[in-house]
Amino acid sequence: MPETPSGASTATTTAAAPGVPTSTGVPPPERKPTVVERSQFQLVLRRFRQHRLAVAGLVVLILLVLLAYVGSAVWKYKFGAFTPDESAPPSFEHPFGTDSTGKDQFAQVLRGTQISLQIAVLVAFFSTLVGTVWGAVAGYFGGLTDTIMMRVTDLVLTLPLIAVAALLGHSVGGTWWLISLVIAGLYWAYVSRVARGVVLSLREKEFVEAARALGASDARIIARHLVPNALDAIIVNATVLVAVAILLETALSYLGFGVTVPDTSLGLLVSESQTALTTRPWLFYFPGLFIILIALSINFIGDGLRDALDPRQPRARQ
Amino acid sequence: MTGNSPASEVVLEVADLTVGFPSDDGLVQAVRGVSYGVRRGEVLGIVGESGAGKSVTSLAVMGLLPRSAQVSGSVRFRGRQLLGAADAELNTVRGRNISMIFQDPMTSLNPVYSIGFQVAEAIRAHHSVSKAAARNRAAELLELVHIPNPRQRLDSYPHELSGGMRQRVVIAIAMANDPDVIIADEPTTALDVTVQAQIMESLQTAQQQTGAAMVLITHDLGVIAGQADRVLVMYAGKLVEVGTAEDVFYTPRMPYTVGLLGSVPQLDRPGTRLISIPGAPPSVLHLPAGCPFAPRCPLVVARCTEKEPVLEPTTGPEHLAACHRSAALVGAAPGDVFDASASAVVESGRDA
Repeated sequence: MPETPSGASTATTTAAAPGVPTSTGVPPPERKPTVVERSQFQLVLRRFRQHRLAVAGLVVLILLVLLAYVGSAVWKYKFGAFTPDESAPPSFEHPFGTDSTGKDQFAQVLRGTQISLQIAVLVAFFSTLVGTVWGAVAGYFGGLTDTIMMRVTDLVLTLPLIAVAALLGHSVGGTWWLISLVIAGLYWAYVSRVARGVVLSLREKEFVEAARALGASDARIIARHLVPNALDAIIVNATVLVAVAILLETALSYLGFGVTVPDTSLGLLVSESQTALTTRPWLFYFPGLFIILIALSINFIGDGLRDALDPRQPRARQ
Repeated sequence: MTGNSPASEVVLEVADLTVGFPSDDGLVQAVRGVSYGVRRGEVLGIVGESGAGKSVTSLAVMGLLPRSAQVSGSVRFRGRQLLGAADAELNTVRGRNISMIFQDPMTSLNPVYSIGFQVAEAIRAHHSVSKAAARNRAAELLELVHIPNPRQRLDSYPHELSGGMRQRVVIAIAMANDPDVIIADEPTTALDVTVQAQIMESLQTAQQQTGAAMVLITHDLGVIAGQADRVLVMYAGKLVEVGTAEDVFYTPRMPYTVGLLGSVPQLDRPGTRLISIPGAPPSVLHLPAGCPFAPRCPLVVARCTEKEPVLEPTTGPEHLAACHRSAALVGAAPGDVFDASASAVVESGRDA
């Protein structure tokens, strides 16, 4: 054939090309290719690694998660347990100090981190799931379906977020997963707008028409052709949503409409400690620091993913 | 080609197909009463310039027109009415019995799936076979359309392949289910001239392997000449000449066909001036009365602007042309009909 097997990347040498007879008839010696083709996953990973802040964010987030789950399990003080030291400043015994009732603030913060992260991940998961399906269906069918579905979305978007979340959050009680559902029920509308926007441009692509010409049903086109192509935008959006959800949960708990005692969350810890800001500042600053660390690291990860998931980059480079 | 096989049953029959698109300025009549039949194993070429209604005709056959389109007439596949059928019913025919090859291979493959997956998906959409079996079949199909190292290529993504390779993958997908009709909508237009011959070869392989009838839509007369058994010439949404490839190429009976043929460079007749057809196709929004080609036709007479000609037999019962003056074309060369130094006419035609 006049064409090389690797069409677009002519500089690429496929790793194994044995069996190709040479003119002398002797099998060619195993040659190490100078440029190796990389798989899609390797490329994404590589591009992500080049984004230093994203890598730093990922490291910080992994450390925080480990600390929250493994750390709290091995730490000598349990969450909610009272110690003899009351209002102790940070020391080796109590890295984050203790509150006026003698509870170890380090154990409290770790527990709060767990709950806040769980809420955030659940919110991101559900709002992405619902929002993606909603937006993709609206964008694909267009017309009246689109109009009706997007007006519903608009309605949700006009709701004053904090007020409604506070009201609903308060009425479902302080259970963390119910609060996640409340927040997800308000955030899916943002995701559906993103998904609809991407699908609107994708559905005009010829491969969608080709899929229809092959006899694919509407549901199949949405699930197998449109959503996977919109996935990069959706993943990035979901990542950022984790950070946004952490902040909203914090705000809710701070206002007293989120997670309630006996459980705790980072927002609740900040809220409880605000009166102690001048006398025992460690109670306030450590949970605050954790909130900032989580939100910041996730935003950097989202940034890195955005760059890494852009598929229109050459395969063999650097 | 395999044109006159004994089983010359008509697999796809289009009758009086009319397609209109409502617009702010009125109804755009993209297709106006097109009728044709394709027999088993036959290659039917449809030629015409951009906007003649070639693609809309084939999209109507597949039921892929936007919902706003107003379609009437009939499209029958083996006697089964496709026009107006429900999507669910159409889905059993699309890809299985009638498959389509699109113009631009750069966009007609899904960028997020490997080509092996996409070929296998086409097979599994209409046959319940295992993934492994579908993958094996995919490799065979890729080999049939002359893709080197098909096994290794299965895991490639569309962006790793050149345009020609991608179009071959599209052809492999089109032949995956042994369809009865393959519609190729300008399959070589988006490709390099050097690759076009290879693609046509792959198409021919696909057509012979599946024994399918093929509808080949193009504006490249060279492509048609080499492949088609019968040719339809379209102009302003209508068929203006129908016949076997020999009829249309050697004894054209419609000035538009004559002009098209005369505008193709021919290596065996060096030194012949190429002719150009003056003017531009009429707006399908406001069609002139009479023959739509009349404003550009050198043989125009009064009758042409009054009454639109219908398809009538000319040199034989199978060779039809829609022209009042087809008798005047007997034995005429393109240079005689169209003024070879037509540049002046072109200018005046544009001014008009």
